[in-house]
Amino acid sequence: MSHKRRSGTAAKRQLRAPVFAALGDETRLSLVAKLCGGRPYSISQLTRGSKLTRQAITKHLRVLESTGMVHSVRAGRENLFEFDAQPIEGIKEYLDLVSRQWDQALSRLKLFVED
Amino acid sequence: MNERIEKRIELKAPVSRVWRALTDYREFGEWFHVKLDGPFLPGQVSHGQVTHPGYEHVKWEAVVQKMEPERLFSFTWHPYSVDPKIDYSKETPTLVEFRLEKTASGTLLVLTESGFDKIPAGRRLEAFRMNDGGWTQQMKNIENHVAQTS
Repeated sequence: MSHKRRSGTAAKRQLRAPVFAALGDETRLSLVAKLCGGRPYSISQLTRGSKLTRQAITKHLRVLESTGMVHSVRAGRENLFEFDAQPIEGIKEYLDLVSRQWDQALSRLKLFVED
Repeated sequence: MNERIEKRIELKAPVSRVWRALTDYREFGEWFHVKLDGPFLPGQVSHGQVTHPGYEHVKWEAVVQKMEPERLFSFTWHPYSVDPKIDYSKETPTLVEFRLEKTASGTLLVLTESGFDKIPAGRRLEAFRMNDGGWTQQMKNIENHVAQTS
């Protein structure tokens, strides 16, 4: 896999907002937690042990899929879902940006109080 | 995943001095680059105007949460609320906390900002787009400032 560059194209930026939104739901967060182990799961496997129906799980997977966090891959007659870390790395870039603003404000504060 | 920011910075100044720089609205305005209308009061909205070069059109608004003398100062706000056409007040704000701790050489300041996961999708995108250019400008301003004063 090629290493992601910090090019900050508009297309890449557009990915961030839905990623935040998609993770703001407990079911989806738990699906991501399961999938981010690296191994792909089928819908039946993801539904097992959950209170939700297969349809509900499918709906949540589609939301995750639309953000690029989850991809479905065909395995025989079954659809498997696997995790892709790239959109979450996008969030890290957003937070880095906010973080840089604080670095600058705090260094101004440092100059201010140490003067 | 950790959707929060944490900064730790050692300041060579007594806790009382840092507390004043954080909570006196005029002093806060000096280093934060904002002209505030009045003092910070817990539970009250703080209004003002950003003075940072290139951002003078941006209004400052925050709700002061806690002021525990020389220990904790916190407020909620809407980071990157730079588009005058958008009403940010309906959105869930992020929480900014400044914690102070006395150290041998002065003060340890721990800053956290949390709650980014609650910012609505559409607005976040817009805010990000707006600020991308702004950041480059701000970095330049600071570079100039440092070059002039060193």
